[in-house]
Amino acid sequence: MNVMTENKLTERILSGSEAKLVSLAGNASARKNALDEFRRMGVPTKRHEDYKYINPEGLFRLGEFMAKANVVRPVTSHDVEEMTIAPGAAKVVIVNGIFIPELSKLDRLPAGVTVKSIADAVVSDAIAKKYHSTIANDSSDAFIAWNTAMNESGVFIHIAKGATCNIPVHVVHIASNEAASTFHPRNLIVAEVDSSLNVIESFDSIGPVKTLTNVVTEVMVHKGAKLNHYRIQTEGDAAHQMNTTCVVAESGSNYCTYTFSFGGAWVRNNLNISFTQEHTESHLYGLYVTNGNRVVDNHTIVDHAIPNCMSNELYKGVVDGKSTAVFNGKIFVRRDAQKTNAYQTNRNILLSDDATVNTKPQLEIYADDVKCSHGTSTGRLDEDAMFYLRARGVGEASARKMLVRAFAEEVVNNVPDEAIKAYLDNRLNHLMS
Amino acid sequence: MISIKNLHASVEGKEILKGLNLEVKPGEVHAIMGPNGSGKSTLASVLAGREDYEVTEGEVTFNGKNLIELSAEDRAREGLFLAFQYPIEIPGVSNINFLKTAINEIREYKGLDPIDPKQFLALVKEKQKLVELDGKLANRSVNEGFSGGEKKRNEIFQMAMLEPTLGILDETDSGLDIDALRIVANGVNKLRSPERSFIVVTHYQRLLDYIVPDYVHVLYNGRIVKTGPKELALELEEKGYDWIKSDAQNAAV
Repeated sequence: MNVMTENKLTERILSGSEAKLVSLAGNASARKNALDEFRRMGVPTKRHEDYKYINPEGLFRLGEFMAKANVVRPVTSHDVEEMTIAPGAAKVVIVNGIFIPELSKLDRLPAGVTVKSIADAVVSDAIAKKYHSTIANDSSDAFIAWNTAMNESGVFIHIAKGATCNIPVHVVHIASNEAASTFHPRNLIVAEVDSSLNVIESFDSIGPVKTLTNVVTEVMVHKGAKLNHYRIQTEGDAAHQMNTTCVVAESGSNYCTYTFSFGGAWVRNNLNISFTQEHTESHLYGLYVTNGNRVVDNHTIVDHAIPNCMSNELYKGVVDGKSTAVFNGKIFVRRDAQKTNAYQTNRNILLSDDATVNTKPQLEIYADDVKCSHGTSTGRLDEDAMFYLRARGVGEASARKMLVRAFAEEVVNNVPDEAIKAYLDNRLNHLMS
Repeated sequence: MISIKNLHASVEGKEILKGLNLEVKPGEVHAIMGPNGSGKSTLASVLAGREDYEVTEGEVTFNGKNLIELSAEDRAREGLFLAFQYPIEIPGVSNINFLKTAINEIREYKGLDPIDPKQFLALVKEKQKLVELDGKLANRSVNEGFSGGEKKRNEIFQMAMLEPTLGILDETDSGLDIDALRIVANGVNKLRSPERSFIVVTHYQRLLDYIVPDYVHVLYNGRIVKTGPKELALELEEKGYDWIKSDAQNAAV
């Protein structure tokens, strides 16, 4: 009975997708193959281990996101200005999954940095062609396959060997439509040997219409490259987001990722990092602040396939109202991955009786000469600290805010860019007042 | 200043204070001594408004107000200050910002404008000297990584900043070496004034060599069983608490 319903749901999505598929440019057979993968896997359900706490099936069952008419609710340059995070950043604007050159601002990019629509790049750019759809594997997740089949646009960011990009590249994702709909932006970031780049991906929505953004970002970090990758999610209450980021990191590189989930009705982040060469380093930071009925789920995978690599992960959550937060951190240390250093911490503060946190560190270690640790905690604000502050004349509301801010600040303090940090501080102030 | 009448208080259903009476007038220093478990720290916590403690009977009047009805923050705003026995470490909350917020919330309660930032910094500088607190410590997170002595000095520094009318020192001498003890006590002495009173809760007479009390009270089994001049502390140091205990028990019979 259940299986029937699931299949029906998948079929419903497929029929909508297939109808649209014929109108999409690009490699038709690749799209069809991806859709076949989607059919094979089906929409994940609660019985799917990786999706059991947030049940995407439930989202689709509501019949949302199925509208055929993709009528863009116009986005102005003023709207884009409002979404500024780091003044002076180069801006790539993607509305409903489509790269919009008129709203983008790329004139200040230094030499060696290429930013263009991925739809063009996969046709004309050898590097884009080489890596597109090789890092995110269609057969590993139905949402990746769906994105591969349906994506219309997105951004390709390339930085040449030894180049340094002195301004951040800000990819502004905006969901803005007149009817409920699903968008599939597809991005590819390639940092060549010894390059240095900061990429901000922000996610916003305009208007009350329900949207699902199923974004896939592939990242290739070559030897000795340094990439700071920010994901700042501040969508409105009608926006849903399925965010997949797949990263391959080579020797001597340093990939740092910062995920800030401050908005959206339903946000799922899949972040998969693979080390394919020795002496690679990666830092994963995350902060989610949830309230209302929101759902935020962070699934991370760090795959230590080879020796002498280091990963360090810190995710924190402030969970209020009737919201739900999920953290699942997988670390694989394969048999050959000796001398691995892998650390993971997830801490949550529950601010209400009706809020829920599901946290699961998952370390699978098959090598014996490694240093690995994980820690997780979920609790209320420290009563003793509250009393201490109040006993000095600080009111309950201010004391609570002070402690929550201090808790969240530990993640923000790891952000190396002062402008981004200032933006986050400001945002947190608004969230907590 | 503060008038405590027949105070009964329990924690988790267990009665700790069993009819305590104490009257402190402006400018006076009262020492509360007593054996372990007699209720000294409970008294300090109850007065400061810790919510784990339930007042079941009696009344406490502080500067004309019913103290029991006030929240912990309002007690502080009315001029009560508790120096903690175990100051809490609060990572990520800056000592200075926290004090500024505290001062401004106290000022707001009194209908005053926020403190001028320059004036605040001058005040910090001045009060730091009082307890020889390193400027770096004042700027760090509240008590984070402070030594035992630094934490206690930070308590007195905060007291100096907030300028309460009643300071309650809960075993401020515990864990202090003799030099730190002297610094802390000097800080307190400099804060003594005809308008400001202190309740000094301590286990040992040692602290009272430096902070000389007007009265010494012995707390035993939730009540004050003996009150005397400062010399009583010396007598207790010499003879211990056993004679007090047996006197109290005889009196109860």
